[in-house]
Amino acid sequence: MLCSGRAKIPQTGVKFREEDMAKLKISDLAKIKEQVTQATSLREGGAQVKVTVHMGTCGIASGARNVLNAVMEELTKSGRKDIIVTTSGCMGLCSAEPLVTVEKAGAEPIKYSHMDDAKMRQVFNRHVLADEVQTQWVLAKGSEQ
Amino acid sequence: MKLFRQHWLICGGTGCQAAGSIAVRDALKAEIQKQGLAEEIAVVETGCNGFCAMGPVAVVYPEGIFYVAIEVSDVPELVSEHMLKGRPVARLFYKEPATKSVIPDMMDIPFFAHQKLIALRNRGILDAENIDEYIARDGYQALAKALTEMTPEQIIAEVKTSGLRGRGGAGFPTGLKWEFCQKSPGEIKYVLCNADEGDPGAFMDRSILEADPHSVVEGMTIAAKAIGSHEGYVYCRAEYPLAVHRLQLAIDQAREYGLLGENILDSGFSFDLHIYQGAGAFVCGEETALMRSIEGKRGMPRPRPPFPAVAGLWNRPTVLNNVETWANIPQIIQKGGAWYASIGTEGSKGTKVFALTGHVNNIGLVEVPMGTTLRTIIYDIGGGIPKKHRKFKAVQLGGPSGGCVPEQYLDTPCDYEAIVKVGAIMGSGGMIVMDDSTCMVDMARFFMDFVQEESCGKCTPCREGTRRMLQILERIVEGEGREGDIETLEELAAMIQTSSLCGLGQTGPNPVLSTLRYFRDEYEAHIRDKKCPAKSCVALLDFVVDEAKCKSCGLCFKNCPVSAIEWEKKKPAKIDLSKCIKCKTCFENCKFDAIN
Ligand SMILES: Cc1cc2nc3c(=O)[nH]c(=O)nc-3n(C[C@H](O)[C@H](O)[C@H](O)COP(=O)(O)O)c2cc1C
Ligand code: FES
Repeated sequence: MLCSGRAKIPQTGVKFREEDMAKLKISDLAKIKEQVTQATSLREGGAQVKVTVHMGTCGIASGARNVLNAVMEELTKSGRKDIIVTTSGCMGLCSAEPLVTVEKAGAEPIKYSHMDDAKMRQVFNRHVLADEVQTQWVLAKGSEQ
Repeated sequence: MKLFRQHWLICGGTGCQAAGSIAVRDALKAEIQKQGLAEEIAVVETGCNGFCAMGPVAVVYPEGIFYVAIEVSDVPELVSEHMLKGRPVARLFYKEPATKSVIPDMMDIPFFAHQKLIALRNRGILDAENIDEYIARDGYQALAKALTEMTPEQIIAEVKTSGLRGRGGAGFPTGLKWEFCQKSPGEIKYVLCNADEGDPGAFMDRSILEADPHSVVEGMTIAAKAIGSHEGYVYCRAEYPLAVHRLQLAIDQAREYGLLGENILDSGFSFDLHIYQGAGAFVCGEETALMRSIEGKRGMPRPRPPFPAVAGLWNRPTVLNNVETWANIPQIIQKGGAWYASIGTEGSKGTKVFALTGHVNNIGLVEVPMGTTLRTIIYDIGGGIPKKHRKFKAVQLGGPSGGCVPEQYLDTPCDYEAIVKVGAIMGSGGMIVMDDSTCMVDMARFFMDFVQEESCGKCTPCREGTRRMLQILERIVEGEGREGDIETLEELAAMIQTSSLCGLGQTGPNPVLSTLRYFRDEYEAHIRDKKCPAKSCVALLDFVVDEAKCKSCGLCFKNCPVSAIEWEKKKPAKIDLSKCIKCKTCFENCKFDAIN
C-alpha cells in the first residue's frame, strides 16, 4: 500500500549530480558534499527556508502524507523558488507525529508537532511566508546535534 | 457602483474550503437575501489568510472584525446580530492562542536531552531517498577509509576495540564474529543483515532502514572487505514496505555511484547487495532459519555448531548482524573503536536504541548511552505513566525471549549483564511499559501465545511444551487454575529451556519465569482466590460497584457503551448485569478503583 501510494508524493529531493553518472572516486565524495551544502544551505542569494516533513511509517500513519501534500500545494501557490520542501525519517517522538521542521535562514530550526494539513497551511502562510512562529503548535527549537 | 455598508470577506483558500467555507458563504448569501440586505452587504470570497487551521475564517469591514471557525449554523445569528443589529458575535472572534512564553530548546526537553545518537545520528535530518544527502553527512567516508587505508585485520581490530556487541538480542561481540568468519577458509563468503524484527512492539530496525538506509549498506560493505565477501543479503520482512522501498532505492543509488558493485571507489574491491523479503515468521529471525529461508527453503532452525561463521548461507562462511549493529559500523571506522568504547559501561559499549511503547507518555524511538538507567528512559525520556491514577508496575524487555523488570529494579543500567541479573534481557530493544492495570499472568499468557504460535514445530519440547504452558496459563486467567499449576509451569519451563533446538524455545518460557519471580502472588490470587488483582482478567471480575468507594462521579455511566449503568448525581452507580457486555470501559474510567 505504502509503496503504491508513493507515486503521488511530489518529487521534493534535489538531484546534485546530473552530469556524469560515472562511478565515483574518493575525491568525488567531498565534491558531492560541497554541492549539497551549497544547494541546501540557507544563505543570501540561495534558499531561504527549508521545510522538512518527517515521514517514517509512524508519521505517514498519523497523516504526514496529507501534510506534505498541503505544503507542496501552498508552495506552488506562493510561487516562491527559494523554499526547499523535503522529507526525512522518524524523529523518534512517534507519539507527537506528524512532525514538521521549519528552518529559516539566520534562525534556529522550529519543530512543530501533531500537524495536520490545515495547521501546515497556516504554518506555511504565517511562519514560512510571514515570519510569525505559530507557537501554539511548536514542540521545540534547535536541533539534536 | 453600488456602495455597501459592510463587506464580509470569506476565505476561499484550500484550508478553509476543506473546513466548509463554501457552504458558509452560500448560507450567508441566502440569509442576506432572506433578510433583504442584499443591497447593503457584500459577501466576497478571498484567498488564503493564513489562518487555515481555524477555518472557515472571515474578516468584516469596515470594523475589521475577524471571525474564525464559522459554521453554517452560526449564520442566522451572524446576520441578525452583527448585520442587522450591529452587535458582533463575540464567541466567534479570533482569540490569540495562549502562546508559550518561551519556546523550549530541543536539548532542554528531557525526551531529547538524555539521548545520544550514533546509530540514529541522521534521523530526521536527511532525505533517506537521496544518497547525496547521506554523502553530505560524511556518508561513505568510512567505507573509503576501510577500502583504501585499512587491511581486513585492521578493520576487525577496530571493531573489536570498539567493544560493539550484536544488537539483535544475544549481544555476541561483533568483531569476534567477523574474525571467526575471516579465518574460515573459503572463496565465497556472505554478509547478511537481519531486518526480520519480529518482537511484538519493536520498531528500531524499521526506523533505521526508513531514516538512514545507507548507514546499513555502508556498514555491510565494510564488513565484506573485512571478511573477504563479495555478495550480501538484507533479510527484511515484507510487512515493512517503506523500509524495503527506501533500502532498495539506497542500493540502486549506491550501485549507480559505484559504491556497490565492481571496483568500488576504484579500490579494486567488489561487493553487491540484495534484499530478500521474508514472510514475517518470527522464527526466521533466528540465524540458521533465516539463512534457510534465503536459500528458498522452509525457514526452520538447525542445530549449531557448525556456526554460520563456518557454514552459513549455502554452507559458506557467513556473517549475520542486526540492522542496528550495522548502522554503528561506519561511525566506528570513521571515529575509531576507542571513541566508541569510551561510551557506555565496562561490558556494554556505545549506545542502544529502544522502541519505547506501552503505558508511557512519549512513545517513540530512543537511543541512549549504555549505562543509562531504565528509570531515566521511562521517566525522563518517556515522560512517565500517562494516567494519573495509575502506577508503574513493570517494564518488559526483550519481548517473548525476555522478562519484566519491576519498580524496585528500575535503577538497573542498560548493560547486558546487569539486565540479565534482574531476570530480563537487553534483547533487541523492545521496551513495553506497563501500569498497574496490567495483569502479569495475562501478559505472560500473551507472550506464550505468541511463542506457541511462532514455534516452527521441528523440535518437540518447543512445539508441545509451549502449547501445554499456554493451556495452563489460559486456564488460570479464565479462573480455572488449580493447585500445582505453578509448579507444572516451572517444570515445563525448565524442560523447554534446556532441550529446545533454537533460541525461540530456549528463551520462550522467560516471560512466565520472570513474572513468577516478581509477581507470584498474582498467579496465586488467580488460582486460589479466583481474583485478578489488576482487575484485568474479565472472567474473574464481578462488575459490581463498591458503594463505599464510589464517589458518584458518573464517569462510568458516561462512558458505558451499552448504557448498562444507572447513576444519578450524588448516588453510587449500579451496573445492570443483564445489559453488561464486560468490556471493562467502566473499570478503565473509574478513578477510585470502585468497581470489582
Ligand atoms: C527466535 C529468534 C528470533 C530472532 N529474531 C531476530 C530478529 O528479528 N532480528 C535480529 O536481528 N536478530 C534476531 N535473532 C537473533 C539472531 O539469531 C542473531 O543472533 C542476530 O541476528 C545476530 O546479529 P547481531 O550479532 O548483530 O545481534 C533471533 C533469534 C531467535 C532465536
Ligand atoms: S485557507 Fe483560509 S486561511 Fe488559509
